[in-house]
Amino acid sequence: MIRGNSSIRKSDIMNRRMFIVGAAKLIVLSILIGRLFTLQINDNKKYLTLSDKNRIREWKLPPTRGNIIDYFGNIVAGNLKVYQLHVIPEQVENFNYLLSRLQVILNLSNKRIEKIKKKKDQLKPWESLIISENLSWSEFLKINNYLYELVGVKPIMTISRNYPFDEIYTHVLGYVSQPNEEDILENEIIKERFVPGIKVGKLGLEKTLENDLIGTNDIQRYEVNAYGKRINQLEYQKGRKGSKVRLTLDTEVQKLCANLLKDKAGSISVMDIYSGEIIAMYSSPSYDPNLFLFGISQDEWQLIRNNPLKPLINKTLSGLYSPGSTIKPIVALSALENNIVDPDFKVKCTGKIELYEQTFHCWKEKGHGYVNLKEAMKQSCDCYFYEVARKLGVDRLKITADKYGLGKKVLGDYFENEKSGQFPNTNWKLNNLGKGWVLGETLITGIGQGYTQTTPIQLCLMTAQIANGGYKIKPKILTDDNQLTTEQIKEVIKKNKLNRGIYTSLFKDPRNIKIIKQAMFSSTNEIMGTSYKSRIDDPKYQFAGKTGTAQVKRISKRERELDLKTSQIPYNDRDHALYVAFGPYKNPDYALSIIVEHGGSGSTTAAPMATKLFKLLIDRHQLRKENKNLKKTYI
Amino acid sequence: MFQHRRLNSEVTFLQKIRNLDYILLISILLLSVISLFVMYSTDGGQILYHTKSHFIKIAVFFFMMLVIAFINIKLWHISAYLFYLIILLLLIWVSFFGISVSGSQRWMDLYFIALQPSELMKIAIILCLAKYYHRLKIENVNNFTSILISLIIIIIPMILVISQPDLGTSILIALSGLSILWLGGIKIKYFFYSFLSFLISLPFIISFLKPYQKLRILTFLDPDRDPLGAGYQIIQSKIAIGSGGFYGKGFLKGTQSYLDFLPEKHTDFIFTLFSEEFGFLGSILLLSIYLIIILRIVKIGVMSRSSFPKLFCFGFAFAIFIYISVNLSMVLGLLPIVGSPLPILSYGGSSMLATMIGFGIVLSAKINQNQIIA
Repeated sequence: MIRGNSSIRKSDIMNRRMFIVGAAKLIVLSILIGRLFTLQINDNKKYLTLSDKNRIREWKLPPTRGNIIDYFGNIVAGNLKVYQLHVIPEQVENFNYLLSRLQVILNLSNKRIEKIKKKKDQLKPWESLIISENLSWSEFLKINNYLYELVGVKPIMTISRNYPFDEIYTHVLGYVSQPNEEDILENEIIKERFVPGIKVGKLGLEKTLENDLIGTNDIQRYEVNAYGKRINQLEYQKGRKGSKVRLTLDTEVQKLCANLLKDKAGSISVMDIYSGEIIAMYSSPSYDPNLFLFGISQDEWQLIRNNPLKPLINKTLSGLYSPGSTIKPIVALSALENNIVDPDFKVKCTGKIELYEQTFHCWKEKGHGYVNLKEAMKQSCDCYFYEVARKLGVDRLKITADKYGLGKKVLGDYFENEKSGQFPNTNWKLNNLGKGWVLGETLITGIGQGYTQTTPIQLCLMTAQIANGGYKIKPKILTDDNQLTTEQIKEVIKKNKLNRGIYTSLFKDPRNIKIIKQAMFSSTNEIMGTSYKSRIDDPKYQFAGKTGTAQVKRISKRERELDLKTSQIPYNDRDHALYVAFGPYKNPDYALSIIVEHGGSGSTTAAPMATKLFKLLIDRHQLRKENKNLKKTYI
Repeated sequence: MFQHRRLNSEVTFLQKIRNLDYILLISILLLSVISLFVMYSTDGGQILYHTKSHFIKIAVFFFMMLVIAFINIKLWHISAYLFYLIILLLLIWVSFFGISVSGSQRWMDLYFIALQPSELMKIAIILCLAKYYHRLKIENVNNFTSILISLIIIIIPMILVISQPDLGTSILIALSGLSILWLGGIKIKYFFYSFLSFLISLPFIISFLKPYQKLRILTFLDPDRDPLGAGYQIIQSKIAIGSGGFYGKGFLKGTQSYLDFLPEKHTDFIFTLFSEEFGFLGSILLLSIYLIIILRIVKIGVMSRSSFPKLFCFGFAFAIFIYISVNLSMVLGLLPIVGSPLPILSYGGSSMLATMIGFGIVLSAKINQNQIIA
């Protein structure tokens, strides 16, 4: 009985205590369920995002660059399908064997194989290893023939920049290549869109317009596992192609320029004298930008770099030259504007002027006799301009020169390598050289020698602004949809509604401009004119211009007496040949400047080029007008 | 009294089958089926090693459970101390000759199964203490000697398991043992005082912890301090569970698990996978099944006339509850990571063996609930 009691008591205690435990369990259970609720219901969104972040990874692909087209819509920088060879190491059974097979098939050098092996070690085994960035079509075919035995090898079609006109546009467009650290640090957009394999502009418009051209990345979204391996593709988001850029340049003219300057060092610029649109801008020699796309080889690079004609320099914008006699229209204009001379003012040219025991020679040893402004321009008489410059003074000359664009960057917004050159005056010399101005320097400044340094594009702008009647224009290399037509601009000028501050007049008296233009006309179209041989009689093509011969080296007395032919002088000592012109004479549309380095004289080397250029320019004038607004849509 | 004994001895096999607790049995079966599906999911939606192995274990151990159910619980009462001693010897054996896996020496190689004696100790300690308190007169429960003996019974395996080292299992063993002490009637104030002194000595205990154990506690307190290292498991586990939402991502669609973001997904973190795929709803259903099992076991304990089965059932129910809550607290980020499997669902033979033995004994207690054990 006692035992029974005790066991009942025991059982009671156990049951009671079990009940207490049960209550504790209930508390624990509710805590657990509460926690589960918080995680799965309350914070579900947060954790879902985290889980997606875990499993979804984005791969950026190189963006597609926008096309650059010429005025007529021809693609001058486009995109080309290229064939590449990728290998995915994890799919390859025997990597070294595969490499040796590829080496045989593609004829790869041992050095290249070593490079590939090194690259492989840096990649994850499922990331594609680029064996060749640019397979030729025959190599591509060959690989495809052997593909069945090359497991893990993937021939890939992708897009690469392409310059169809090779060297024709190099100095305008520049080229693209793989970005270096500096490119990435300098440009936020490149930094943001950087992926291996991206190409960015290194020079020229490709660089300046990078942010418009670059486009946005294609994005591949993959589901990945915890080790980063791609499991499957979820989405392929096409990026936006870079914007299209339309140049004002005309490929046909550009081609002619290249042709004219073949094997020569020099530059040709052509400009629409009303709109400021640059029709051609070519610096010779040039080089093929396509060489840089996949990394230029050492040999090819050395060849370009060591070329004595300096293809890497954009002579149109960064070549600094003494303008020589091409400055004379400005000197004459300045003298007229300042009422120093009138058109009838005459100077007797004896072949030289003596000043303070220094002799200043005219190019014609025997002298020109009595010359007025027109005759002096026509025959490019130096003595006349010595005298006019002396009377005018360099400070007043500089004011005119500045107005017409000398010594200032023309396209500085677009080309970071453009140079401004300089047009000196007395202050300039004092500030820069710390010496006082000497009168003799005024004289040689008057014939475009001395301290004056101009770029070919500046001379072209100067000529254009004389040709259009003395109105300021803003040179353009990109088309502008709001650009007025020539007729509209003339209308604006006629009504003297000076539009947007662009077409302000640069003259005091329009008659002065007319006199200069006439003088330039006679220089080309009248007997004894320096470029008479290059004239075109047909009024449709008739142009007016001014030759220039810029001395590179001071001519010694002995050399002057020898009177050597150009071909007898060492190349680097020969004079630069220059020519500026506008046409057609009656109703001008275009102005140009030509410089041939060490080309001898302007009249023999540079002026004949203008003949061909004006023919082409004027023949294409109507076509250009019709294509003002590009109707065709180009990709 | 005689009548009772006669009545019990007359229980036929048919009656035994009738007396089986079918609700418990069905719940266990349901859990087994769920575990197979979950294992199938950990294999990435294929029948691979884990699924096959788990299936075989379930089949074998489930059958074993039924055999145990039909064995009179008296036999367990008689052999309880022996069982405890054998497991204790195995623990000692393991500490000398055991297989070492990832720095912890817990396994003995039985060729067909790698046995973890510490898991079996979870059952053995309940059996042993249940017998001890069954035989202890109620007046002697709070004797110094009897408390000391029962504490020694608990402490010896604890030390052996801690030295493996396996803190999680040793804590579970201790808690299982203490639950019997509690049920046996040891004064509440003793528990209260010892809990207090435990709290006071906590800093000293922590100073004795191994560096990796300290790291786990630090990680628990702030998982983000090393998200790719020590905190990785708990962060990924929370992401998996949280992203499951109400309905879950769907069977075989748990991205966290099948993309390998979850470590140890088939063992201690099995609930994470389940919860990611079946969501809050599935988790609550799973918990309900566990709750039904626990309640059935408690009910069998209440109905048992003898102290031994009663103590065992209560103790085992408590132990299962502790396993589940420790495991869930761990994967939910409520407790530091201690190795503790989720009964039946987690992959692992020893744990399942122990659990199935426990269920077998409980079923046997049900069949023999009217029996009085001397």
